[in-house]
Amino acid sequence: MELQATWFFIWGLLWAIFFMTDGFDFGIGALYPFLGKREQDKRMMINAMGPLWDGNEVWLITAGGVTFAAFPLVYAVMFSSLYTALMLILFALILRGVSFEFRGKVDHPAWRNVWDVCIFIGSTTPALLFGVAFANIFKGLPLDQAHLFQGNLLTLLNPYGLLGGVLFMLFFLVHGALWLAIRTSEDLHERAVRAAGRLWLPLLLTAVAFLAYSAVATDLYANYLERPYLFVVILAAVSGLVGIKWFLAKKQYFRAWLASALAIAGATFFGIVGLFPNMLLSSINADYSLTALNASSSPMTLKIMLVVVLLFVPLVLAYQIWAYHLFHTKLGQEDLALEDAY
Amino acid sequence: MDPVFLSRLQFAAATMFHFLFVPLTLGLSVLVAYMETRYARSGDETYLRMTKFWGKLFLINFALGVVTGITLEFQFGTNWSRYSAFVGDIFGSLLAIEATVAFFLESILIGVWVFGWKKLSRKAHAAVMWLVAGAGNISALWILIANGWMQQPVGYVLRNGRAELNDFAAVALNKFALLEFFHTVPAAFILGSFFVMGISAYHLLKKQNIDFFTRSFRIALVLGFISSVWVIIEGDQHAIHVTQVQPTKLAAMEAHWETSREAPMFLLTLPDEANERNYFEFGRLPGLLSFLGYHDVNAEVRGLKDFARDERPPVLLTFIAFRTMVILGTLFPLLTLIGWFLRHRLIENRWYLMIMVAAIPLPYLAIQAGWVVAEVGRQPWIVYGLLKTAQAASPVTGGQVLSSLIAFILVYGLLGLTGFFLIAQTAIKGPKAVQPDAPEILRVSAP
Ligand code: HDD
Ligand code: HEM
Ligand code: HEM
Repeated sequence: MELQATWFFIWGLLWAIFFMTDGFDFGIGALYPFLGKREQDKRMMINAMGPLWDGNEVWLITAGGVTFAAFPLVYAVMFSSLYTALMLILFALILRGVSFEFRGKVDHPAWRNVWDVCIFIGSTTPALLFGVAFANIFKGLPLDQAHLFQGNLLTLLNPYGLLGGVLFMLFFLVHGALWLAIRTSEDLHERAVRAAGRLWLPLLLTAVAFLAYSAVATDLYANYLERPYLFVVILAAVSGLVGIKWFLAKKQYFRAWLASALAIAGATFFGIVGLFPNMLLSSINADYSLTALNASSSPMTLKIMLVVVLLFVPLVLAYQIWAYHLFHTKLGQEDLALEDAY
Repeated sequence: MDPVFLSRLQFAAATMFHFLFVPLTLGLSVLVAYMETRYARSGDETYLRMTKFWGKLFLINFALGVVTGITLEFQFGTNWSRYSAFVGDIFGSLLAIEATVAFFLESILIGVWVFGWKKLSRKAHAAVMWLVAGAGNISALWILIANGWMQQPVGYVLRNGRAELNDFAAVALNKFALLEFFHTVPAAFILGSFFVMGISAYHLLKKQNIDFFTRSFRIALVLGFISSVWVIIEGDQHAIHVTQVQPTKLAAMEAHWETSREAPMFLLTLPDEANERNYFEFGRLPGLLSFLGYHDVNAEVRGLKDFARDERPPVLLTFIAFRTMVILGTLFPLLTLIGWFLRHRLIENRWYLMIMVAAIPLPYLAIQAGWVVAEVGRQPWIVYGLLKTAQAASPVTGGQVLSSLIAFILVYGLLGLTGFFLIAQTAIKGPKAVQPDAPEILRVSAP
């Protein structure tokens, strides 16, 4: 049981890190048509995430891979149930990834327009759909006795799921605006700061609405009521949210961004903690649910993978933090003049 | 509409498309890292320009490799969920190890490499490229260990209705997997070298940047020659092992119907699957197939008729793919060997340069053919001897798979064309002219 519980926690952690890191890339991509007024601004925005987005995306690959390794049944049921939603996300990620690389390669406005549109669609689609998917996971999916999904894409688009989509979108928009505030200067910087400030209240309200709606639409609070100290997770999310505003007011953008990362992690863990030990809850009958116990790999695999993860994830974090450190500086003309800049 | 068939088509399209880019990443990263090391050591500006020019081509290709890989990571869950539930214990771990050990290193450091020219010292910057190249090849190792397990399952027990891990070392050191690794990586090096040689030959034909492209050509030539000889020697060992563990695949590769001693090979033949024979057989080389499979001309080689029809792979496709790979495989050492003799007067030998331009697509063809041998030849099994492909698919509807398949074809078609166009454009444009950096400084500091 401890082994499975540890893995459940790691599973949640990997998704949380993915949302904390690639989240700001999605946000920048979604803000792109609104803040990117001139060609120069657009290039600034892309280059602000340029060195980092690819590494961020690997957290998604790892989250997927670890789901496969530690909870094969969850991997199998989750991704075949969410088939269409996941395909849409994957196509969006494909478009987004190549757009960065392709956009600057031909000097023609029509060419750039095509990739501008792809960047926007490629960033908003995953932001929304991940939110919808996770809210539905928090709420439970119509899984029958054989763990077959009795629904389709429309099943996912229920009010709670949609609220989850909006929540994630707003989280990422603020997160992205803050990253831009860190890396850009002059009027793009001003606009990014203003965007973060304006989006903050809608984000707070949506987050509160989501917390409240969860009490009605889901069973997430059961674990919290049983072990009240768990409320610290919700507290972390809320203090992250408050921290954003606090540090924005003090013009400490990097701290504001960290606060936003904390809020995103808190929101993810709000659901993960509430789900435990369920991973895919069946809304038809709780007995049909997949849990950390009945869906896990053999103890041997879990142990070997634990060694791998304990060795490599800290190492990865170390060099990823180093890369963030290299590339959190303000962008200037000379960065855009770089031959390989996007 | 049969979701299994559509999923097979979709998986094949997605992996083969991914594998249009993967080998160039593997091969070119090593060449670029080498060029940059020469620059870091000597300070010779030509090597810097080489690093930047080939690096730019590398990056376009890399982007395509990355985005097409992500879909693969999830396809086992979306389209092969029964397979995933059955093998996740082993196969899933290998995929997860690949991501944590290799993909992070590769993807984080490529960002550092592209944007870090001014932030790192020359040597550190070159070291970053070596790490990128190393990480790519390590990712190949783990994914091929995963694939090798599907070809020859080892280190498992059947328990709780699935394959559970019971010997990790056996899985990681699986002979089939290591053979695949030591075959696929040099194959990728061949492709990378022919890519560099072909583009260099194009510019040499036009007499542009002669020093730059002669040097590029020679660097690639060495790697290309060594790798193409290696691939043949290793391929021979590979075939022996396949004979032992997957007799149906070997028989399909050679269209060998009747079990026999002193089994022959034919220069020209064509299998007739419906009638379990060959349409014609021409140029009989007695004992050669026995030799290929066992290094013994008298050994007995099992024929396809020994196996029930529903246990045989598609013969024609496997056969043609194997022939294509081997014919091309004998061509590559020849072409590089000729290049070695001409290396000091490349520019005078227009016919050779023209052949090398035309040869750019050939390693691509050989590599795709190789995968068709390995994957189609494994059918009807998804995990050889354990699980049939037909039992592995997800409980999704044919309509769902059909729509995603159509989307794949459209998106990948457009991506492929765009990628090809950009790579060709960048290649034809050639390297940047020598930077007039120095004169500028002179101008500024002049009174
Ligand atoms: C880790 C596993 C793995 C790896 C590394 C590869 N494949 Fe594969 N391949 C499969 C796992 C697999 C599979 C899941 O087992 C499939 C899907 C359906 C099937 O029968 O096998 C398959 C099918 C499949 C087919 C269709 C066979 C058929 O259905 O008749 C082709 C042509 C390829 N693959 C080609 C490739 C290429 C070009 C690869 C290079 C990257 C490749 N495979 C790597
Ligand atoms: C079917 C199995 C495969 C899966 C699931 C898979 C998965 C992936 C994923 C998720 C990526 C993106 C990583 C990133 O963002 O950096 C990727 C890229 C890559 N893969 Fe695969 N892959 C498969 C087959 C292979 C094989 C067989 C090889 C090598 C022999 C290979 C070598 C690579 C390399 C070198 C990259 C780096 C990007 C590039 O191609 O340019 N892959 N793969
Ligand atoms: C001429 C000598 C060659 C021989 C005897 C040979 C032999 C083989 C054999 C027996 C297989 C099937 C292994 C399996 O079932 O997994 C194979 C696969 C493969 N071959 Fe070759 N090959 C040769 C040349 C080449 C060349 C020149 C290339 C590409 C440049 C190449 C690329 C591949 C690839 C990518 C695979 C699939 C991966 C693998 O199974 O290793 N081969 N080869």
